[in-house]
Amino acid sequence: MTIVEAQVARKAADYKSEVKPIWCPGCGDYHVLMSFTRAFAELGLEPENTVVVSGIGCSSRIPAYTNCYGFHGVHGRSLAIAAGLKVSRPDLTVVVASGDGDGYSIGGNHFLHACRRNIDMTYVVMDNHIYGMTKGQPSPTTEPEFDTALTPGGTGLSPFHPLVIALASGANFVARAFSGEPNETASILVEAIRHPGFSFVEILSPCVTFRPDEREWKSRVHPAPVGATNNPGKAARRLMTDDGFNIGILYRGERRPYQPSLVGQNIDFAELEKDFEL
Amino acid sequence: MSNTPSERPITDLTELLALAYQIEADAVQRYIDLAEQMEVHNNQDLLKVFRDLARAEGIHAEEIRKMAGDTDLAAVAKRLGRWQKGGSPEEVDLGAAHYLMTPWHALQLALIGEKRALEFFTSVVDTTKDPKIKEMAGEFVEEEAEHVNLVYRLLRKYPKPSDNWSEDDDSPAAQG
Amino acid sequence: MSETPNISIAILGSGGAGALTAGNLLLEAACTAGCHGLLTRTIGPQIRGGEAAALVRLANHPIECMPERYDLLIGIDWLNANRFGTEIDVGPESLVISDPRGGDLPAVVVRGGARVVEVPIKELAKAIPDGRPNMVVLGIVAALVGLGEASFTELLEKRLASKGAAAIASSLAGLKAGLAAAANIDLGKRLSPPKPSDTKRWLVSGNETTGLGAIRGGIKFAAAYPITPASEILEWLAPSLTKVGGVLLQAEDELAAVNMTIGASYGGTPSLTATSGPGLSLMMEALGLATAAEIPIVVIDVMRAGPSTGIPTKSEQTDLNIAVYGFHGDAPHLVVAPQSVADCLFTTQWAVYLAEALQAPTIVLSDQFIGQAVAAIERPADIAFIGQRVKAVETAVGVYKRYAITASGVSPMAIPGQPGGQYTADGLTHSERGIPTSGEADHRAQLDKRRDKLDRFNYGDHWATVEGDGEFAVVTWGSLTGAVREAIERLRGRVDVRLVAPRLLSPVQPERLAAALDGVKRILVVEQSHGAQFHRYLRAHYDLPGEVRVLERPGPMPIRPSEIEQAITEWRS
Repeated sequence: MTIVEAQVARKAADYKSEVKPIWCPGCGDYHVLMSFTRAFAELGLEPENTVVVSGIGCSSRIPAYTNCYGFHGVHGRSLAIAAGLKVSRPDLTVVVASGDGDGYSIGGNHFLHACRRNIDMTYVVMDNHIYGMTKGQPSPTTEPEFDTALTPGGTGLSPFHPLVIALASGANFVARAFSGEPNETASILVEAIRHPGFSFVEILSPCVTFRPDEREWKSRVHPAPVGATNNPGKAARRLMTDDGFNIGILYRGERRPYQPSLVGQNIDFAELEKDFEL
Repeated sequence: MSNTPSERPITDLTELLALAYQIEADAVQRYIDLAEQMEVHNNQDLLKVFRDLARAEGIHAEEIRKMAGDTDLAAVAKRLGRWQKGGSPEEVDLGAAHYLMTPWHALQLALIGEKRALEFFTSVVDTTKDPKIKEMAGEFVEEEAEHVNLVYRLLRKYPKPSDNWSEDDDSPAAQG
Repeated sequence: MSETPNISIAILGSGGAGALTAGNLLLEAACTAGCHGLLTRTIGPQIRGGEAAALVRLANHPIECMPERYDLLIGIDWLNANRFGTEIDVGPESLVISDPRGGDLPAVVVRGGARVVEVPIKELAKAIPDGRPNMVVLGIVAALVGLGEASFTELLEKRLASKGAAAIASSLAGLKAGLAAAANIDLGKRLSPPKPSDTKRWLVSGNETTGLGAIRGGIKFAAAYPITPASEILEWLAPSLTKVGGVLLQAEDELAAVNMTIGASYGGTPSLTATSGPGLSLMMEALGLATAAEIPIVVIDVMRAGPSTGIPTKSEQTDLNIAVYGFHGDAPHLVVAPQSVADCLFTTQWAVYLAEALQAPTIVLSDQFIGQAVAAIERPADIAFIGQRVKAVETAVGVYKRYAITASGVSPMAIPGQPGGQYTADGLTHSERGIPTSGEADHRAQLDKRRDKLDRFNYGDHWATVEGDGEFAVVTWGSLTGAVREAIERLRGRVDVRLVAPRLLSPVQPERLAAALDGVKRILVVEQSHGAQFHRYLRAHYDLPGEVRVLERPGPMPIRPSEIEQAITEWRS
């Protein structure tokens, strides 16, 4: 390890809290936490000016494992909490963490509108193609033939395509990463956080307990054949041949982020009453 | 002219009668729909106008039905399946309705319908090779021309409304 | 011509007649001339062109409820007027002005034996280029209640300025035609003049005063999802917040709205959202989160008739249960209820103050009646309740206890941006440091804390309106306070009746209610709820002295003073 790497490694550790994660050993989310802290360190973020907002699920436990400000909200609503927070406190760096159940099922509606709204924040979804915390029900990204107790024989439903949805709904940055490559993932996160507007990063993060078959993901992921584009049409065409394991930044858009001015007109409250006066 | 099923040439008098009947029957239904809308929205004048138009078209429809004797013209028309897109000639455009519309507006819509019907029968006269069909279509042309004139006469009773005919001081009501 | 302290007018019309506009103009003209007044409206189910009635009560004293019967009923037409039933009732003393071509008189007029005078309103309007029947009606009403043309000219010029000189001219011509048409009609009563007063007055709706109260209390963020009858609060706040450097964010649904509010508040900004019953149901989970994580938010619920979609345009007092009991788990929180159009300002401002001081969600139970009624009120006094939360200073990571147990039960709150204050807000049960735990001691300690912080707070006299004395008491809440007050006034000299109307519904105040009801032998509970929610709530939390009777009714018709008066006089004998 070089001196620079040692310094970076030390700084990354600075972003970890002393709370010990409850994730199963082998869980991809450990690597994701690593990527988070490395990315924060690389960006030189101040923990007191950074907020990690999450919903409910294994991946949503992550805020407490960092020493930034955190919000562990209710199932599916992390993007709404983050929107209210960022719009009223644009000075903060807001990172939202979710999973495929929290983010694409109950949170699906908020996902669409968050992409539309394009508020400057970064949305990281740790996708393990299963509901882990509640012990193994299918999620919107689970394969149709995957057998579970709740859905014997599989759901038979087409899986959700988060990158397609994000792109179509107006997300300003779309990428996919793999938890098993924490450095590469950290780099993608750095770019995502730097990129203005709504940045969406789907991180494939295997669940060793309920999806032991996902151990083979490390053989299935591969770098995307082409680099990122700023052309949504091109990005859309690439997604047509996406096998779900393309790793890399797909799209870097140029939409202006949504941030209303908070400057105000310095008026007296009495101004507001004028319309009422008889 | 292509030979899609809805535009294939009329082969016999029964078909012509069926189409003529459909034209009137569709018009009746539309005018009834509009009359109901006007009733719910307290536009009494238009309730009367649309009811009158429905009644008039109903009489036309009945006359045509009698010409066909026992033949079920509605069934023939359904089988022919013409005018799937855009509706039959006298089906008034529901999108043109307005809760404050005046009789003048309604009659303008009726006029469009009658003129389209006239065009239809004229084109049958012009294109058919069957002399019997040509003759009967010609009679329908005369009928429709009379309807057109009738609408013009009615229009003379109603002046064009002023520009602010659709003004409503009260704002729309939030119902939920 | 007898003098009367108040006069009530109902203006009916349909299909674009502009009855509601006429009512608004009448109220504004009369109140500008010095009267007090209250306006409500009732409408059919159509979005446009429906039957509609403006209901105006003018008085020489402040007015907080509508009358049993209308002194003057004017119908531009009577189409579908029977839909309104006895909401617009008339009696033998009433005058009905009817357009002979307006259709059949409604049943209430025929039954009521009112005097009917015909005036060809539509014909008079047609005789004027671009004439409008509602202006003719305005002229008729003006003549009958004693308002002159002068009361309207300036007003019409102001309100119609954007439509141009021609529109103003034709409106004035219509007004004149109406005045002339009514010259020989006598209403039989005249409003006695109001006491002259120097106090500044407003013409304003409850929803507007709610919005102003929020801003005065310090709100700088609002999340909005539209719902009848609360949308006007949000629509008033949108430009107003911008003016004061705040922001309103439209949400995709109520779930997003309440969570956005929580997120903004977590960031240190006093925040609010507004909704009605169905929306409050959706927000329940998040309100539990705000309670557990001790994040201050204000949620305004402008109640409408329920359950489920119910009657969106009518008032009821049936969200009490969900506001007080709707949270899963034991989740003490604040519920307050304004009592009038003017009180919406105080109560909302107070709600912001309480939420911030106690770091807890505060639900404000307003209702459609006061939310959408327009009233002339005295400009409410400026009050000092500004939201102030206890902020943490000098904290260190790993040491800071976000949920520290303190004497007051309120823990200093770190705001993102503050070094050393980092913590993760959580709905999970947590320790003082905010670390999730499933242990018995922490769970109880935090439950105690969240209950104690509310119980230990001194709410002052604002917790309730307590007026009058006597062995009879009427206990009510919210918008019915006005009707009860009027009933009590009518009984003055015959029965002494005390009015007790809690403004703070949660947490309950047993000692204070006991003090307010000291010496009372008979209690009449009055509420707009089929299931008597308020009565059951009182029974659950308070020992009520003496005998108790309940006057309860669901919407859509508000409980009238005469019903309350009758219930009391009957009970006396």
